[in-house]
This record gives sequence, structure tokens and C-alpha cells, in this order.
Amino acid sequence: MNDTIQIDVVSAEEEIFSGKAEFVVLPGESGDLGIYPKHAPLITSIKAGPVRIKVPDVEKEDHIFVAGGILEVQPSIVTVLADTAIRAEDLDEERAVEARKKAEEALEKAASKQEIASVEAELAMLKAQLAMIRREGK
Amino acid sequence: MAGTKEIRTKIKSVQNTRKITKAMEMVAASKMRKAQERMRAARPYAEKMRTLAAHISHANPEYRHPFLVERDTVKRAGMIIVTTDKGLCGAMNSNLLRAALAHFKKLKDDGEEVDVCCIGGKGLAAMQRLGANVVSHVTPLGDSPKLDDLIGAVKIMLDGYNEDKFDRVDLFYTRFLNTMKQEPLQEQLLPLSGDHLGAPEGSWDYIYEPDAEAILNMALKRYIETLIFQSVAENMASEQSARMVAMKSASDNAASLIDELTLVYNKSRQAAITQELSEIVGGAAAV
Repeated sequence: MNDTIQIDVVSAEEEIFSGKAEFVVLPGESGDLGIYPKHAPLITSIKAGPVRIKVPDVEKEDHIFVAGGILEVQPSIVTVLADTAIRAEDLDEERAVEARKKAEEALEKAASKQEIASVEAELAMLKAQLAMIRREGK
Repeated sequence: MAGTKEIRTKIKSVQNTRKITKAMEMVAASKMRKAQERMRAARPYAEKMRTLAAHISHANPEYRHPFLVERDTVKRAGMIIVTTDKGLCGAMNSNLLRAALAHFKKLKDDGEEVDVCCIGGKGLAAMQRLGANVVSHVTPLGDSPKLDDLIGAVKIMLDGYNEDKFDRVDLFYTRFLNTMKQEPLQEQLLPLSGDHLGAPEGSWDYIYEPDAEAILNMALKRYIETLIFQSVAENMASEQSARMVAMKSASDNAASLIDELTLVYNKSRQAAITQELSEIVGGAAAV
């Protein structure tokens, strides 16, 4: 079986990943999604978390962090339109911890509902980032 | 001799002008590199978004998003015009505004009302001069515009469309082809029709999770935002390239003008010397 599927991960800033893969796992809005070639067409939103891509002939999976976005699946193509995407090796634990501290402080100070919502969204994203870094570290 | 002094002042002033245009050329060149990088980085996302929108427009979900429905009659139209803030960038803005004006006149002739949203100062000034109904604008843009700055102005247009105030919205911007070439472009923003997006033949059926309405709302809103952001990024890259080219040709013109003036100056200087000599010789012969 050497069935593969074309995966494109793009963020507003750059193209993160483009290539063939055996399967891919994504953080869907209502739970993780594992996608193999010839999947039924699907459009869904994804939340903050890691995207794991299994590239053929490579033992280790590629890990990409996304902060949410849109996922489009067609039988032969998977497109991830990420709000922010970072390759796992570019993630920095110290920076993430510091950013989380700042966000938590901001949450205490935040006055309006809108501010609270935006800070909470950022916090959720940073937590997911941290979780991924720690898993990588093991 | 009279004349030489004037020519000398003229040369000096052209030299000063050349210094300025040269400096502007160099500033534009360095800004151009950054603007082009930003635009190139944003292109893959915009292109994927466009394909996604094209697919959605051909799909047959149980829910029809208002952005996807073609309306039979157009009574009021919206225009979003993306231009630069500053001038001195060649014919780029005037080319774009010519295209926008043609569209504006056509709509007016058909008896439609037109509301305009201007991104960038030049377009705003031109549309106000024309007496168009400018409902929102974003100025100044700065060197690296953020999406947040643009959304507010554009949202007025989208809300207007949702409330049936507009039946159609067009976007005008300058597309960056390469450093020497930029072209004015008109793109129909709403309603979104799959045909001009180059959608594949046949119908698509997606599974929507959690439901079609939520996903389509999110995806189409993002599509519009991306399109606007990309058009502004293209406009920026075009602006800096056009300015660099314009300033380069201005510097070249100044250089050739200086050469010509120097020639005239030297001629008149030599004429003065020759005249003086012949006067001395003539005076000596008379004695």
C-alpha cells in the first residue's frame, strides 16, 4: 500500500507544509480527526493544537502547530488554512510560558467582554502550544 | 557674459532635484523588497482560500449563504477601491482610477446608486472630487497595514450587502506582476460566483462539521478578509515598485538634462573667452 494524499498547510504568513503523506491527524472542532487517502469531502473548522503528518518512508511524523483555522478535505487533497502555523521545532517553551503568564495577567485586567474573549482565545492557543512542546520533549 | 550665470544656477537646481529623486528611488527600492516579500508570503494562503471559495460556490449545501446567491436586479452597488496614500508612483493610481471610474459611470448610467469604500488616500481624494458617496475609508495605510485596520471599513460594505442595501460589490486594486509591470484589476467580491473563480466542473458535496451555516459563515468571511488583505499587499508592492521605476527615470532624465546644460554652459563660456580675445586683438591692431 503506497496510497498517499496531498497535504497543504498554509498560514496567512507563509506556506508551512506541502507534500504527500500517508495520513494526517488534525485537531477538529469536535475532536481529533484522522484522515487517510480517499476520505469523503469535508469542510470543518479546527481549533488550536498539533497537526501530525505521516510522510511516506520517514519514520518520524511531522508536527505542526496551528492556532485554529479551516480544513478542507477532498479525496486526494487536504488543505489546512491555518490562522497561525508553527513547525514543532520552531516552538519555544520558555517563550510560550512567558506569553501565557502575560495573557493571564491581561485576563485579570481585561475590562470589556470583547477583551476577555480575545485574551481567553489567546490563552487557549498558548496552552495547546505548551502541551505540544511538552509532548515533543518526552 | 550674461547667460552663463543663469545656466550655472539652473544646473545646480537640477542637480538638487536629482539628489532628491535618487534618494526616493533608494528608499522605494528597500521598501519594495519588504513589500514584495510580504505579498509573496501571503499569496499561497490567498490562492488556497480562493480555491476553497470556488469549491464552496459549486457545492450544494442545504444552506445557501447570502454571499453565494446571485440577485436578479441590481439597484445599488458597492465599490471598494484600493489605492496608495502618496503620489509620485507613475501612472499606477491613475490607471486604476480610470478603470474604477469607467465602472462607476456605467453603474450611474444604468440608474444605480453607488456607495464607495476607499482604502488609501489617492482614491479617497479622487472619489470625493467626483462627488461619489464615500461610506467608509482607511487612510493612512502606513507601510505594513494590519488586517484589523482594514476590516472595519470593509465590514460596512459586507453589512450593507447582508442587509440588502447592496446587490453587488466590486473590488478594484493594482495587481503586482513584476517590478516593471502592474495592472489595474477589477474583481467581483459579492455575490461570489464560482465561474470567475475557475471552479471545477461538476457539483461538490461536502460533509460540514458542525453544520453548513457556521462553517460557510466563517469560511466566506475569511475569504473576503483574505482577498482584501491580499489586494492591499499587492497594492503596496505595486506602489513601491512603480515609485522606484518612476524615480529612476526621473533621476535619469535629470542626469541627461545636466549633461545638456553643461554642454551649453561650456559653449557659452568658450564663446565669451573667444569674444574677449578677439576684442583684445582688435584693440591691439587699432593702436
